[in-house]
Amino acid sequence: MADETRPTTSTASSHSGGERPSGGDRPSGGDRPDRGERRPPRPGGRGEGGPGGRKFFRRKKVCKFCVEKIEAINYKDVRLLAQFVAESGKITPRRLTGVCTPHQRRLSSAIKQARNIALLPFAGRAS
Amino acid sequence: MNRTYELMFIVRPDMPEEEQDKLISTLETAVTTSGGVMKNVEKMGKRHLAYSVRRFRDGMYILLTVEGGGGLIHELERRLRVTEPVIKFLTVRIDEEQKRLDKIKAIRDSRRKVSATPAAAPAPAEPAGEAPAATA
Repeated sequence: MADETRPTTSTASSHSGGERPSGGDRPSGGDRPDRGERRPPRPGGRGEGGPGGRKFFRRKKVCKFCVEKIEAINYKDVRLLAQFVAESGKITPRRLTGVCTPHQRRLSSAIKQARNIALLPFAGRAS
Repeated sequence: MNRTYELMFIVRPDMPEEEQDKLISTLETAVTTSGGVMKNVEKMGKRHLAYSVRRFRDGMYILLTVEGGGGLIHELERRLRVTEPVIKFLTVRIDEEQKRLDKIKAIRDSRRKVSATPAAAPAPAEPAGEAPAATA
């Protein structure tokens, strides 16, 4: 959850803060300076102020089902469901896939049905 | 009682075709005697199982679409349980889901008709407004 919100806060601060609020922001950044040392090649990253600690802008995750308007989440559609199952057979959490709550609910029940009829594994890869 | 169910079951891979047909026809008579309707039979063929079931790694998947009440499903499941070659089965009620999908589809179609008549400008804005309504 924290990972998801961080990019938006960083952009907001960089827009609103304007020019070099670094003096004021540094204390609130907390552990940021040593993070910066871990990843040196970041020109201007420090100058923007504390919270802008990300090298990559993480793209805003969107729900695949909302975007592509897939309403039917069926247990028979193994190809679709397999995209939301980790290698270990676990259901991938919403914070990683960006699926919205109503769709994740349908998705998880569909995955569980598919597991029951041996279309998806309970654990491990589908052999 | 008019509910629609999907009955998916797996039979052992070495079961001959004619015995599968025989099993399906006995199930069908069970459906019709209970006052239900067998709407569709689909043999999905041989598939690899995601995990081994009764030491089988493959299975023949068969999908039935049945209309009827809960008692009928109870009877069908009992039959599947006692039928030896059937290694796994799953029943899912689909009519409510289908109703929901039809509703969403109707909403989308009506919106499309509305958005098709004005100029091109409101049309791209339409899907953005449509998505929350569909998920709600």
